[in-house]
Amino acid sequence: MLKEFTKGLFKENPIFIIVLGLCPALGVSTKVINALGMGAGVIFVLLCSNILVSLLKDFIPDKVRIPSYIVIIASFVTIVEMVMQAYSPALYKNLGVFVPLIVVNCVILGRAEAFANKNTVLPSIMDGLGMGLGFTIGLVLIAVVREILGAGTITIFPIGSFDGVIPIPGLVNSPVRVIGLAAGALLVMGYLKAFFNWYLDRK
Amino acid sequence: MTYISIIITYVFISNLILTQFLGMCPFIGVSKNVESAVGMGFAVTFVMAIASLTTWAIQYFVLVPLHIEFLQTITFILVIASLVQFVEMVIQKVAPPLYKALGIFLPLITTNCAVLGIALIVVRSGYNAMESFLGGVAAGLGFLLAILIMSTIRERLDTERIPRAIKGIPIAFIAAGLMALAFMAFDKALLKNLLG
Repeated sequence: MLKEFTKGLFKENPIFIIVLGLCPALGVSTKVINALGMGAGVIFVLLCSNILVSLLKDFIPDKVRIPSYIVIIASFVTIVEMVMQAYSPALYKNLGVFVPLIVVNCVILGRAEAFANKNTVLPSIMDGLGMGLGFTIGLVLIAVVREILGAGTITIFPIGSFDGVIPIPGLVNSPVRVIGLAAGALLVMGYLKAFFNWYLDRK
Repeated sequence: MTYISIIITYVFISNLILTQFLGMCPFIGVSKNVESAVGMGFAVTFVMAIASLTTWAIQYFVLVPLHIEFLQTITFILVIASLVQFVEMVIQKVAPPLYKALGIFLPLITTNCAVLGIALIVVRSGYNAMESFLGGVAAGLGFLLAILIMSTIRERLDTERIPRAIKGIPIAFIAAGLMALAFMAFDKALLKNLLG
């Protein structure tokens, strides 16, 4: 049971090993807080859709399973969208079009198709949590690299008088701006993936 | 916005792949050879053009009058999924050679985030029907352009000697990053200079 949870974290990490769900991974990784918000949304949708799909797997006819999964996923995404709009409008605005685009995140549909429709509820919950966390870890890793190099800061949640922005001495005044732009996202992703390949090869 | 500026914007300035990262999965997955890249590009253009017009109509004739805009995500994805299925059936009946060329790519398009992405972007930009349709066509052409360049680069890379760790996906990303750098030359100022 624990194996279903831990496999998503590193061994089958959705972003770096399976290479799925790249659009949000690159699009929202300019700031660490955006990556955390996106990760939370994906974990919620993935967990709920995995539970529902594993419960309904005997009732959904095989021929219409993909559209049914999409409807299930889209309903939960709508919930995330409304909650985020109500409680965290700033984050909702930053993530922009990527919030409704959680629907077409291949990780979620992929887990429904590859795992939840073959397994019972409990393993599906573990799988959803693990894959969701793995996705968040990958997303945050890209965001940390991009924000430190591209803006010289790390932005997390504001707590009390602390406004949530940690400046990195030396980089905050003269950051490598291109890493924060679109081109930088693709380059960072390429080099991180290369690093993972090298690391796995060496073992 | 004039029609020409919409086309230039979505093909070059805010190219969906290279500036917004929409449609990344097919961009990396189907760009290994030129032939399938072109097929995928045309299939996406075709679906995007129809999808952005259809979702525009749904938004303004169904969702807004009934005040159910919060159902936007779920209706759009359903419309796109059934549209893809419908387009597949029509092409199969009407134009078998076209179906043979595009057939295998069509089912993959449902989960291409670029299609839903452009549908949402044109609605959020408040375009009219003609502008939405052109936005869809131009975004598709931008996708075609990017995936075509990418596939030619990757065909060349196949014959080069590349360190094991960056072979395959990493080098594809790095090449895409350099392409995005080149595309940064196209910006709002260029559009202003071109159209005055």
